[in-house]
Amino acid sequence: MNDTNEKFSTKAYLDMELLRFSTAGSVDDGKSTLIGRLLYDSKSIFEDQLEAVQRASIRRGNENLDLALLTDGLRAEREQGITIDVAYRYFATPKRKFIIADTPGHVQYTRNMVTGASTANAAIILIDARNGVTEQTYRHSYISSLLQIPHIIVCVNKMDLVDYSEDVYESIQEEFSAFAAKLAIKDIRYVPISALKGDNVVEPSKNMPWYQGGTLRYILENIHVGSDHNHIDPRFPVQYVIRPQSDEYHDYRGYAGRIAGGVFRKGDKVMILPSGFKTTIEAIDLYKDELEEAYPPMSVTLRLSDDLDISRGDMIVKENNVPQISQDIDVMMCWMGDKPMKPGTKFYLKHTTKDVRCMIKEIKYKVDVNTLNRIDDGQELKMNEIAKVSIRTTKPLFFDSYRRNRNTGSLIVIDEGTNNTVGVGMIA
Amino acid sequence: MKKYNLNHLRELESESIYIMREVAAQFENPGLLFSGGKDSIVMVHLAVKAFWPAKIPFPLVHIDTGHNFEETIKFRDDLVKETGARLIVGSVQETIDSGKVTEETGYEASRNLLQTQTLLDTIEEYKLDAALGGGRRDEEKARAKERFFSHRDEFGQWDPKNQRPELWNLFNGRKRLGEHFRVFPLSNWTEMDVWQYIYLDDIKIPSLYFTHERDVFLRDGVWLADAPFMKKRDSEKVVRKKVRCRTIGDITNTGVTLSTANTLEDIIQEIAATRVTERGGRADDKRSDSAMEDRKKEGYF
Repeated sequence: MNDTNEKFSTKAYLDMELLRFSTAGSVDDGKSTLIGRLLYDSKSIFEDQLEAVQRASIRRGNENLDLALLTDGLRAEREQGITIDVAYRYFATPKRKFIIADTPGHVQYTRNMVTGASTANAAIILIDARNGVTEQTYRHSYISSLLQIPHIIVCVNKMDLVDYSEDVYESIQEEFSAFAAKLAIKDIRYVPISALKGDNVVEPSKNMPWYQGGTLRYILENIHVGSDHNHIDPRFPVQYVIRPQSDEYHDYRGYAGRIAGGVFRKGDKVMILPSGFKTTIEAIDLYKDELEEAYPPMSVTLRLSDDLDISRGDMIVKENNVPQISQDIDVMMCWMGDKPMKPGTKFYLKHTTKDVRCMIKEIKYKVDVNTLNRIDDGQELKMNEIAKVSIRTTKPLFFDSYRRNRNTGSLIVIDEGTNNTVGVGMIA
Repeated sequence: MKKYNLNHLRELESESIYIMREVAAQFENPGLLFSGGKDSIVMVHLAVKAFWPAKIPFPLVHIDTGHNFEETIKFRDDLVKETGARLIVGSVQETIDSGKVTEETGYEASRNLLQTQTLLDTIEEYKLDAALGGGRRDEEKARAKERFFSHRDEFGQWDPKNQRPELWNLFNGRKRLGEHFRVFPLSNWTEMDVWQYIYLDDIKIPSLYFTHERDVFLRDGVWLADAPFMKKRDSEKVVRKKVRCRTIGDITNTGVTLSTANTLEDIIQEIAATRVTERGGRADDKRSDSAMEDRKKEGYF
């Protein structure tokens, strides 16, 4: 490990953006090795962690440092050698801070992938150069597009095992883009790498002079994240009402929450749902500061000119830009629960800050995540399966399609008996 | 084109404030676990921001092992006064006196494991249904998979197979009577983020974090602070050194580092150059490879 001579810049650290990305791939694809390499090469791995891994590598019989061991956490995993859950890793380069949602690649962990992908700005899709595009590639790409991850980075790994062949890389690239055209993914980039040897991960490869694109690290540092939020449709789900009723702030009434879409400005004319009352934004508070404007994902407190009865679950929007309001919704649902879902069952449902009950009326069709074909099977939805379903709620929801807004277009379904989250949905 | 971007610290702050407000909204009787360390101090700061201009709508809960640095207790009391927050103190000494747990003996004795029982007792006594903690996912392997909202059963136990998936901004805090949640608003913060945020928002922290002279002794390559209840071997000689704490736990298990870092900028530079993880100096984690995981299963943090 080299010691860096660059002096750490606090100023630069205070001016960085955050990028969340998901990594999907199986143990054999080298995903854990890739993550280990990213952490290791950006010096985000500490000496004692490295020592612990060296000890474990030797105990396990590996002579070489097994970077994958850096990312395996729970005891059972270490014993089985696979990752079971969604693990979050953190590293930063001088340009950006990163959160990795590390998910397993096996089809029986589809629900974990869906979870990790839900907040990701980018997805790394790993392809073993020797195998090319596989069923697993289809599955990971489909899930990324279903969860509307804006940027996909296809890493063709193990280039060292195919003699760093440009032909192999290009044919994989062609095959993937043909398939990806069906998914309408907006931004796809490709990079040939060797996670084990380090080619094009952080350091440019000396073995692939024909590749003129950036390293994976360069791509991650430069993807433009600013436009990933919806800055067009103003949506403010009221999360918590702040009423100090103290001597100093006797009349203060603020509606606290996280901006879910659009831009709100002081003085804006707004409308409250479900009542339909109209009022004006008197102030936007963030602690002791008053802001001129607020946008996603800021957490703020809105003060309104009129004294209205607004509570958690209500939404503040603009009169000329109202979300859809309905008790009947069509949703792409991924089932997470152990018990299969039978249409006609009732559940709790959570959407933005609203809690309602619902019934899943019908399974319209299922999607085979490995082939993307529709399956006509409306009997029941099993764990890890994805289907288009229709839901009826006890109270109207204020929503947008998931494509338009990931915050107002997403929901979860909760089992009334166990209280577990059993289904997640993206509104069509 | 207008730039609607937040820097990453403000984005993390926004997420943490969102989590705290969710806790206040979803639970009847939450509490904020306060240890006196920098993470819990940042949590109090975030709570003040989240509910301003109202007071923090839940009490601070301190599980007092009796082995704290004096400065920690004073800092806690000053902070409580300043924020007008309510303070609940759970005493490990009382748990020992009641016979529920036995004091450890020997050179490596610590009250760290005993805290779990006191914590569970305090949660039960005050009927807390959610406990906010400053745990971060970068701290340790067993925390990498922890949720923001971590379900604990009626025994206070954490079952890795029982945790709910968390997607988008939707947090499911539903539970049965007797169960509770641990909530970790700082899940996505790293050690460096916490320090940078302290610097950014000018947050006051205990002087222990800065260099000072202290009586210390060397054990297993780690410098420990000397105190009356610390049992030393004959070979462990006490010397006076310029040290600072990188993490603050009990005196019995907090390793201090030799350092002359005097200001926040110095501390940040030191951490940036450091080669050992924050908790690497914590003897409680060294006990076994799965120390943290095992403690969590029993109801620890």
